[in-house]
Amino acid sequence: MADFQEQIGNLCPEAQFDASGEFLLVTVPDEKWHDLATALKNEMHFDYLTALVGVDWKEELGVMYYLTNTETQDMIHVKVATTDREQPRLHSVSDLWAVANYQEREVFDFYGIEFINHPDMRRFFLRNDWVGYPLRKDYDESPEKNPIRLDDEQNEDDTYRLVEDENGNVTRVDGKVFEDEEYVINVGPQHPSTHGVMRYRASIEGELVKKVDVVSGYIHRGIEKMCESLTYPQTLLYTERLDYMSAHINRHCLCLCIEKAMGLEVPRRAEIIRMTMDELMRLSSHLLSYGCLTMDQGATTAFFYGFRERELIYDIFDKTCGARMSMSYMTIGGVVADVHPDFIKDVRNCCDVVTEKLKEYHKLFSGNVIAVNRMKGVGILGKEDAINYAVTGPSGRASGCHCDVRKCHPYSLYNEVDFDEVILENGDSMDRYMVRMKEMEECIKILRQCCDMLEAEGIEGEYIAKVPKLIKLPAGHWYQQVEGSRGAFGVYLESDGDPKPFQKPYRLHFQSPCFNLVGVVDLTCKDNLIADLITITASIDYVIPDIDR
Amino acid sequence: MEVKIKSMKHEDFKDNEYIDKLVEELNASGTNVVVGKLDQLINWGISNSLWPFCFGTSCCAIEFMCLGAARYDMARFGFEVARNSPRQADYIMCQGTITYRMAPALKRLYEQMAEPKYVIACGACTVSGGPFKNSYCVVKGVDEIIPVDVYLPGCPPRPEAMFYALMQLQRKIKVQKFFGGVNRKEKRKEFFESKQVAPTVEQAQDSTIENLNNQE
Amino acid sequence: MFNFSVVTEWFNNLLTEVMPQWLATTIECVIIAALLLLAYTVLAMFYIMYERWVCAWFQCRRGPLRVGPWGSLQIFADVIKMLIKEVIGLWKTDNFLHKLAPYFVLVASVVVFACLPWGKGMQVIDFNVGIFFMTAVSSLGVIGILLAGWSSNSKYTLIGAMRSGAQMISYELSIGIAMLTIVCLSGTMSVTGLVEAQQNGWFIFTGHIPAIIAFIIYVIAATAETNRGPFDLPEAEHELTAGYHTEYSGIHFGFFYLAEYLNLFIVSGIATLLFLGGWMPLHVPGWEGFNTVMDYIPSTIWFLGKAIFVSFIIIWFKWSFPRVRIDQMLALEWRYLMPIGLVNLVVMAVLVSLGWHFAG
Repeated sequence: MADFQEQIGNLCPEAQFDASGEFLLVTVPDEKWHDLATALKNEMHFDYLTALVGVDWKEELGVMYYLTNTETQDMIHVKVATTDREQPRLHSVSDLWAVANYQEREVFDFYGIEFINHPDMRRFFLRNDWVGYPLRKDYDESPEKNPIRLDDEQNEDDTYRLVEDENGNVTRVDGKVFEDEEYVINVGPQHPSTHGVMRYRASIEGELVKKVDVVSGYIHRGIEKMCESLTYPQTLLYTERLDYMSAHINRHCLCLCIEKAMGLEVPRRAEIIRMTMDELMRLSSHLLSYGCLTMDQGATTAFFYGFRERELIYDIFDKTCGARMSMSYMTIGGVVADVHPDFIKDVRNCCDVVTEKLKEYHKLFSGNVIAVNRMKGVGILGKEDAINYAVTGPSGRASGCHCDVRKCHPYSLYNEVDFDEVILENGDSMDRYMVRMKEMEECIKILRQCCDMLEAEGIEGEYIAKVPKLIKLPAGHWYQQVEGSRGAFGVYLESDGDPKPFQKPYRLHFQSPCFNLVGVVDLTCKDNLIADLITITASIDYVIPDIDR
Repeated sequence: MEVKIKSMKHEDFKDNEYIDKLVEELNASGTNVVVGKLDQLINWGISNSLWPFCFGTSCCAIEFMCLGAARYDMARFGFEVARNSPRQADYIMCQGTITYRMAPALKRLYEQMAEPKYVIACGACTVSGGPFKNSYCVVKGVDEIIPVDVYLPGCPPRPEAMFYALMQLQRKIKVQKFFGGVNRKEKRKEFFESKQVAPTVEQAQDSTIENLNNQE
Repeated sequence: MFNFSVVTEWFNNLLTEVMPQWLATTIECVIIAALLLLAYTVLAMFYIMYERWVCAWFQCRRGPLRVGPWGSLQIFADVIKMLIKEVIGLWKTDNFLHKLAPYFVLVASVVVFACLPWGKGMQVIDFNVGIFFMTAVSSLGVIGILLAGWSSNSKYTLIGAMRSGAQMISYELSIGIAMLTIVCLSGTMSVTGLVEAQQNGWFIFTGHIPAIIAFIIYVIAATAETNRGPFDLPEAEHELTAGYHTEYSGIHFGFFYLAEYLNLFIVSGIATLLFLGGWMPLHVPGWEGFNTVMDYIPSTIWFLGKAIFVSFIIIWFKWSFPRVRIDQMLALEWRYLMPIGLVNLVVMAVLVSLGWHFAG
């Protein structure tokens, strides 16, 4: 860590350092930030922008960057802020890390921070006629300002950039997303194969897609804002409503983050139960992806096969947690109740059934000549691009990235189980599909080991640590990531150390994997057919509520 | 008079007083025999051939897929043919949160549907805003923008609950009157007037080129 | 085997005894038209349910079973609902064309439907270019689809209609070539002639390998021609929501729906006529006893049974395969099916001229 401090100190003498947190915190003035970022990326190989979090510190507005070196898996943490609240402006890094493009638009949407040299400064989640910036601490929430508007948004094509010349003068340049002569079709927000309420505006030539503009926010619920008015145990509720297909995993992540902040030790048995639930969730999620991918390509029958096996997993959740979805099972310090007596038997049975049925899935779909022709070589995402766009999870691993958080930054008990990280090379839709199919086998492998571990710990036992009734965190910020079913899911938690009894998080940000996934849609769909757009988006496999939050 | 549907016994429903009262009100003025029988036939047809409109925004949509899949199989009751075009669907089951940005889209989809059309508010979010009630951009219940026939709580509701909601909708259809009686359209007009979001004829009919595409 | 023409002749004589010829013909036409429309509706309804049950069976489901015994009344509920559903008119579109389109599709399929040989002597019209007439009329349907897509004034319907146009026109070639192969073998285009020629063995058996190839080509092309999966691009649900009929509601949508299923029956019927002997029972030369037993089964049952069997194969395709892409679909036709079909036609011509096929 000291090593980085020295290097960065040489690159940028103005930088201030704070090594007290979990990662080295570098505070840089905005004017120097872009140069430092270039050096960080090119010289120090911090090529993966893990998270970009906007924060309102009342006297200043700013952004927290978490950067990862994909070779050594080292992480550093950069803070850039401005004191100007009227017209806050920071320099964009979207030219260095492509993923920052949408992330910065999100920050603009929430905090009104404009990014200089950003190519397309539009709101991302909220309507373009929205008044105010909701995540600012001084946001006026009165419904008169933003009533339910039932008319269409006007001037959707309008956008602008802030261009900086050599002397540092910033000018505003207006532009259009699509030219008038382009033939633009709308896919969404209500479309069967956008998997929810995503909307693409695709400019097409014949059947060829030329450009895709992602319009998001149709299910933006402002979870991060609401979390700021809830106590820590209450915020857990929302994690399951982000990516509902990795509900347990997301909840696990927030629990880990809060436990890390509290310095709480979780009983080993509880951690095993959590891990089992995570893997069951991942299995269920991959089964759903199989179903949706096949259905989007017209093979409806395969969809029903995937759902048939998912019911087994639902039954396990139902017995232990009392619900099929949104289980609310994990909690700070462990899990809320012990597992059902049949739990291990059911999980083993489920593993056996799914192993058997996986062959059937392959027979029905993987080898089909039409399926192969439709997926092979379609929507290729290279390794460079995958890292640049911070694509993680099965989609990232299909492009050859070594990005499984369970291996890179092991959490929970993942370093005790034996499993392989599935990595394929081609990065096309077929590989993305195959990674999921192979990962299901790995899930089953982990699940079987979890069953053994749980049996060794005893069928009944300790499932929750002693947790204080009122949870208080010291001032500071923490970042925790886990491997969700669609990629690295991160939680940024900041506490102001408020001494009042019901402490609330100062800022809680969910770094959702799907948000990054949707960023590559334009890149991968360009010059493919309309039908490929569907295949590609299905194979990238995102969940919209996770993007919009 | 009891409202009977084949798939569920009368006494198994939890709100029989409500439906009995509704029937009483509707039959207060008496009915012509021929028209009554025709009404029954038509209502039998509609109630047994409810084609859903795929409108899922969130978790409830996954449970809705389970409803269609092998274990629950809503095809048994004739709710099978899920249409993706609002024009061809009979009821819209709002699955998931409706946000301010989605609200105009939902409203237009509703207006694009052909009569007779029904709405089921599925899940806590669509009933009242649910866990997101305090949010700055979530519609607190879809009944703020469109009239709802059946409310279905749960987060998300189990498929069994969805069946219950569909059976309730069937019952409601069984008591409606196609000829005469209280006209649904008039009722709806009242609804929109009270909400001050009255649909213009133009919005309902001027569908296609830009508007539908904006929705689709 | 019972010849149905006995009945029709008796009825004709009955009428001509009491009224002039022109009036009798008119009355007969009306009655036949009514019967045909009735048969059309009943068959379409049967087919809708048939597909639903078969597909449920493939998908480990039960399918409709609550409305009426075994769900048999389900389709009536659907029809009643469809009839009273509002037909939405659109603004800013060519309303006349918009309303006309479904009828085009419907009429095309009804006319072809009328030409099918239902049983021995049970045919509405029999003329020497019967099979040619069928292809000609069935291509009218594509006009309806193009009109529907164009007049709806929406981008999805337009893309759907254009895909449909490209697809149906391409695959019509293969259908035509497959038909020609059989015409080449039988030497006639008349529907009755074709059936009679299969008296001692269906063409798929007597025509050697070329007939089998032609049959396979025909089935693939017919699947595409009816816009069914894996060739259901024009209405590709997951790309274009509902394709060319996105904007249609109520009974107008019902017409498309009906015609779609009836087209499935029609292509199966033509396949039956060309390759599986039409209403001709299964005859094995030399096995007199067997042939007599087969003759006891009414010809209509033979025809329907075979058609439903062929439909089952096409439905099986739909529920097993993913959808092809537009370029793959066109490549399949122009690069593979059509050249193979043409070569096959030549081979068949050589076989016939050398007399190498099994004697009919």
